[in-house]
Amino acid sequence: MSSGRSESAAAPVSRAEYCVVACAEAWRDNGEVLASPMGLIPSFGARLAKRTFSPDLLLTDGEAMLVGLDGSAEGWLPYRRHLTMVTGGRRHVMMGASQIDRFGNQNISCVGDWERPSRQLLGVRGAPVNTLNNPVSYWVPRHSLRVFVERVDMVSGVGYDRAEAAGVTRFHRLPRVVSDLGVFDFTGPGHSMRLVSRHPGVAVEQVRAATGFELAGADGEVPYTREPTARELALIREVIDPEGLREREVRG
Amino acid sequence: MTDKSMTPEDVVGRLRSGMTLGIGGWGSRRKPMALVRALLRSEITDLTVVSYGGPDVGLLAAAGRIRRLVAPFATLDSIPLEPHFRAAREAGAFELTELDEAMFMWGLHAAANRLPFLPVRAGLGSDVMRVNPELRTVTSPYADGEELVAVPALRMDAALVHLNRADRLGNAQYLGPDPYFDDLFCEAADAAYVSCEQLVESAELAKAGPPQSLLVSRHCVTGVVECPNGAHFTSCVPDYGRDEAFQKLYASTPWAEFAARFLRGASEQDYQRAVRAWHEEQS
Repeated sequence: MSSGRSESAAAPVSRAEYCVVACAEAWRDNGEVLASPMGLIPSFGARLAKRTFSPDLLLTDGEAMLVGLDGSAEGWLPYRRHLTMVTGGRRHVMMGASQIDRFGNQNISCVGDWERPSRQLLGVRGAPVNTLNNPVSYWVPRHSLRVFVERVDMVSGVGYDRAEAAGVTRFHRLPRVVSDLGVFDFTGPGHSMRLVSRHPGVAVEQVRAATGFELAGADGEVPYTREPTARELALIREVIDPEGLREREVRG
Repeated sequence: MTDKSMTPEDVVGRLRSGMTLGIGGWGSRRKPMALVRALLRSEITDLTVVSYGGPDVGLLAAAGRIRRLVAPFATLDSIPLEPHFRAAREAGAFELTELDEAMFMWGLHAAANRLPFLPVRAGLGSDVMRVNPELRTVTSPYADGEELVAVPALRMDAALVHLNRADRLGNAQYLGPDPYFDDLFCEAADAAYVSCEQLVESAELAKAGPPQSLLVSRHCVTGVVECPNGAHFTSCVPDYGRDEAFQKLYASTPWAEFAARFLRGASEQDYQRAVRAWHEEQS
């Protein structure tokens, strides 16, 4: 082993690396389903999961092919078939969120009044079909009061309260939210958001202050997000993201 | 056999203000941009545009040609937010029917199959229902009794699509990895116009790709236009990838300035010349 390699392994774990591991954990025990990561750190997380504890995951090249870890094609997944993957349920997507509320309602469409938004964003995209049909997790690279809001301006991804009110809970599941501050799920009272773990270096108060609603589980002892194993760190640093792009998405 | 070959101007000559127009491709991928540019050179306006939106939507919105947009998103892919779509929305410049991606696809299927609607498990619980109060639900008549959204057929007056190869009869072929939904657009429209990179003899189509690549069949095509580089600046693989540098220019240049330099010419050839000149300046 070269000296560069051991130096790299000895460097302290960065916040971005905790985030990669926390995203990877979303796909643990998922079996043979499509991992659909939106964004850089979720993509690294999905590849880390496939290289370690979830080898049966399917991945795409970001276009129309299902590919193995070496990039070689093993199947065809154009948009029209991708939508069948969604409704067939054999998929776990990790989407972004411009806004997310206490019950997991998510917005990527627009900010402000929908009729005439102050900021037009992407549009609802596939968030409605995703949330009613296959597990949907979320990734937020900058945890703030602008993102974690009391009420989202346009419900693109459906949260637990809205799913229950509309009677569409059959395949609705939001396993986790990962931000640059911690990991969250919806096992709080009435399927509300709960702080599961904070990344090392993050104070609980810091998470609370950056969240625009009351967060379950933020009163008592909150565990730290788990440490990456030596093998996971080596995979992230030397195989999955040798250029360190993760450090640009999340600093610290 | 009917020779359906025509020019971009012939296509636009068959379109009218107020029409519902479907535009194929996806985001900034294989959009019929030469036909959109021909539209921009015409006086046609007041359009209802049905699209998995990309710069087609941005160009038509910036030029003030859209009365209503039916879409699940508008994006430039490598640049996530379409700037002219954003500006138009923030100015309240057109009405919007904002649908989920799957709802949109099943709306195309319904229209192509001459059905009034198709049921989907998408939309309920989301604000898609709030902002589209005309949407209705149906209840499964079977034991599950599930309530689903009845997505209305997205029937169109005309569809514009761009493919890699076509013959003069209207048979058209994609050679990239994804057909997108161009066949459905053609089948869901009263008239469909296909532009292509290269017009070839029918016998050449089967040599260029496998049978599955023959996406669009002539019985639902009204006109065929040969437009080399006709998807520019969107991708049209394997013929060419997206022109990222030019897309960046499009996204960062004030509309009037961009339009004056690239869109004021009398023809598609003028546009292609202006693009070549710009690239030469950059190198």
